[in-house]
Amino acid sequence: MSMSDGIVLEVRDIVKTFPGVRALDGVQLQLRAGEVHAVIGENGAGKSTLMHVLGGIYRPDSGRIIVDGKPVELDSAYAAAQHGISVVFQELSLAPNLSVAENIFANRQPVRALGLIDYAKLYEDTREILRFFDLEIDPKTLVKNLPVAQQQVVEILKAMSTHPKVLILDEPTSSLTSVEVEFLFKNIRRLKEQGISFIYISHHLKEIFEIADRVTVLRDGCYVGTREVKDVTEEQLVQMMVGRELVDMYGRRDYDIGEVYFSVKGARRGKDFADVSFSLRRGEILALAGLVGSGRTEVGRAIFGAEPLEQGEIILGGRSLSIASPKDAIQAGVGYLTEDRKAQGLFLDMAIRDNCIAPHLVDFANNLRMMDEDAITDFAHQCRRNFNIITPSIKQQVCNLSGGNQQKVLLSMWMGIKPEVLIVDEPTRGVDVGAKSEIYRLLRQLAATGVGIIMISSDLPEVLGLSDRILVMREGRIAGEFSAEEATEEKVVACATGVAMAC
Amino acid sequence: MRTATVSGEAARSRGLARITDFREFMILMVIVAASIIMSIASPYFLTRMNILANLLSVSIECIVAVGMTVLMVSGGFDMSVGSTVALCGAAGAMAMRAGIPVLPAILIALAVGTLVGLINGLLIAKVGINPFITTLGMMSVLRGILLVVTQARNITGLPQSFRIIGQGNFLGIQYPIIIALVFLIVGDILLRKSRFFRQNYYIGGNRQAARLSGINVDGITIFNYALTGFLAALAGLVMTARLGAASVTAGTGLELKVISAVIIGGASLSGGEGTVIGSFLGALLMAIITNALTLLGVDVYWNEFVIGATLLLAVAVDVIGGKRRQKA
Repeated sequence: MSMSDGIVLEVRDIVKTFPGVRALDGVQLQLRAGEVHAVIGENGAGKSTLMHVLGGIYRPDSGRIIVDGKPVELDSAYAAAQHGISVVFQELSLAPNLSVAENIFANRQPVRALGLIDYAKLYEDTREILRFFDLEIDPKTLVKNLPVAQQQVVEILKAMSTHPKVLILDEPTSSLTSVEVEFLFKNIRRLKEQGISFIYISHHLKEIFEIADRVTVLRDGCYVGTREVKDVTEEQLVQMMVGRELVDMYGRRDYDIGEVYFSVKGARRGKDFADVSFSLRRGEILALAGLVGSGRTEVGRAIFGAEPLEQGEIILGGRSLSIASPKDAIQAGVGYLTEDRKAQGLFLDMAIRDNCIAPHLVDFANNLRMMDEDAITDFAHQCRRNFNIITPSIKQQVCNLSGGNQQKVLLSMWMGIKPEVLIVDEPTRGVDVGAKSEIYRLLRQLAATGVGIIMISSDLPEVLGLSDRILVMREGRIAGEFSAEEATEEKVVACATGVAMAC
Repeated sequence: MRTATVSGEAARSRGLARITDFREFMILMVIVAASIIMSIASPYFLTRMNILANLLSVSIECIVAVGMTVLMVSGGFDMSVGSTVALCGAAGAMAMRAGIPVLPAILIALAVGTLVGLINGLLIAKVGINPFITTLGMMSVLRGILLVVTQARNITGLPQSFRIIGQGNFLGIQYPIIIALVFLIVGDILLRKSRFFRQNYYIGGNRQAARLSGINVDGITIFNYALTGFLAALAGLVMTARLGAASVTAGTGLELKVISAVIIGGASLSGGEGTVIGSFLGALLMAIITNALTLLGVDVYWNEFVIGATLLLAVAVDVIGGKRRQKA
């Protein structure tokens, strides 16, 4: 099938410009048959743009795309599919109200006479695919009733069902737990053996070492280089990505942790969590680890009043707080950075300056309750400086920022309320390495002023590297506690999955 | 795609303060250009009388548009304003005919409108029915109540002291114009400047994020519908006073006119943008087009066509200009 040295897909000197940005500037890539080829780079490096070009969504300004030795025009998603290229984008594109089977076979449902859908065959075909991937899902299940991780898998199956030669995965693990990632990798390897090639985009360098054969690094839209994964170290890749050396991403605590000032006692809400009690010291970063669905986020949201507690007590500075809504929490000095910044955190179509004041508008109103525009502008400039938000203007719409800069805007919003306690949920999800280390520095800086931080995170290196103490949740309860010194990745995972009863 | 590239830059430098400046400026330019052309075509166009006639013709919908703008900025929507206008006009008229003095009768009518809005707001915010469906239902319910209560008869014979609201003038400017301008100016300043109303941009921008930012989303939603109901009631009273009678068909189709004006003025159905002045200009533009067609002797039946086309054109210019983010 493949003519030239087993190269199924080749990209040569692709240039794609957007107003003011050269998103891709002479990018190249060679994909061998049956390899997993990782593409990495910081946000804004051009990975997504490249995927959109290969998926037929964007047309490059210049450059060539060669499939099986023949130059092709990918001027639509359909054309890309015709050439055997299938893309699974980061954002889920499933129809939530349709079944798993109907999603996987969208537009290609088997039909009987009169164009009626042959449901029996549809479900049978789906069952076969699900079996192949060891998935125990009923094909009739509505997608909205599946956990996000399984939705992600359905998304991949949907792309697979067109029998592509090349499958492009864009951050496929961003919402998966480690167990689910393992499951995904197993299936990628299985498909690889069948000769399918993968382009795998990820922020997680660890994953690349686990799954990829080769890796191509992009930086600022330019091609930096391609390496065999076995010949390269994590440090070298980071250096290629950021163009400089990163020392000690998590920073160090150079102050003493203060006294206990915040505690949660006997917190419970429905089936989400129960018996949750813990305390927080001034200046402490307390990690809340555990699998997705273990109740971590629910506890965080309950403390913040997003979905209030049914039972239990929240005590701050000796006073019991009654938090029935986020408004109450903010007034009491409790902030919460959501894990889903696009859907729940930011006002994407609004300017940076309007975003960063959102949780504390009241600080910018004068005696007549009118907004003081100058004060807002000053504050926004201050945020841009202090949080190193890379943008041409504070009037920039947040949707135009990279993931890392969006996260910094979110952080600036919540640090702006001058919190006593800050809950951060997946503070670096979908954020590039450079912005990650800045966010860690900002969190540690905030903690140094005496604010306690509760960090909910699935990113184990971050849990182990940044926090002073780790609570592990499992099935809605606190299953274990580790100090930063005694914690290891194995212990935390064992505790989170309930493998070791020791904790 | 090329066109989107060109104007992407403009979209990029857009903050809330300038969110619709561009749009308002554009409509103003269109209005100015149309006025210049019209003044050449018809010497009558730029006379004081014709200008006042144009303003008078939009005064009722402008009062309603103030509330509708706030509502649409917050991502809401109200189809029931036309019926509210009619029902409240009739309520006031019936109260006066029943011997209730003018002022209490006005208050009764305003209370009815506010109550209608409150019910809309509660159904939408607390019960969780979609705004379109809620207010579409309400539109029909209210018109039904009106027909039953009035037995489809117009109510006339209203006291002079009430009719003066619609028929009197100050320095030659009719009261409805003055009332509309006062509400437009106050409404614009409040929506632009006040902390309370500014929250609407956040709610319209991202409802979830607004709630997590400590904004009382449900409370403000209910308030907005109540405000719109109140303003519709006021508009109904002004209209009844002007006509000297409450008509059961009053306000039919008004909701579409108002919503069109607000959208031409820069708001979108998904919320987060729009200003009161923009909506006023939108209404004025539609009135001027209608006026121009009449003066030019174009068949009056073309009116609806031209207004619809203006709405489509305004939104199309936006989309092509990349102002409204396309969900790719």
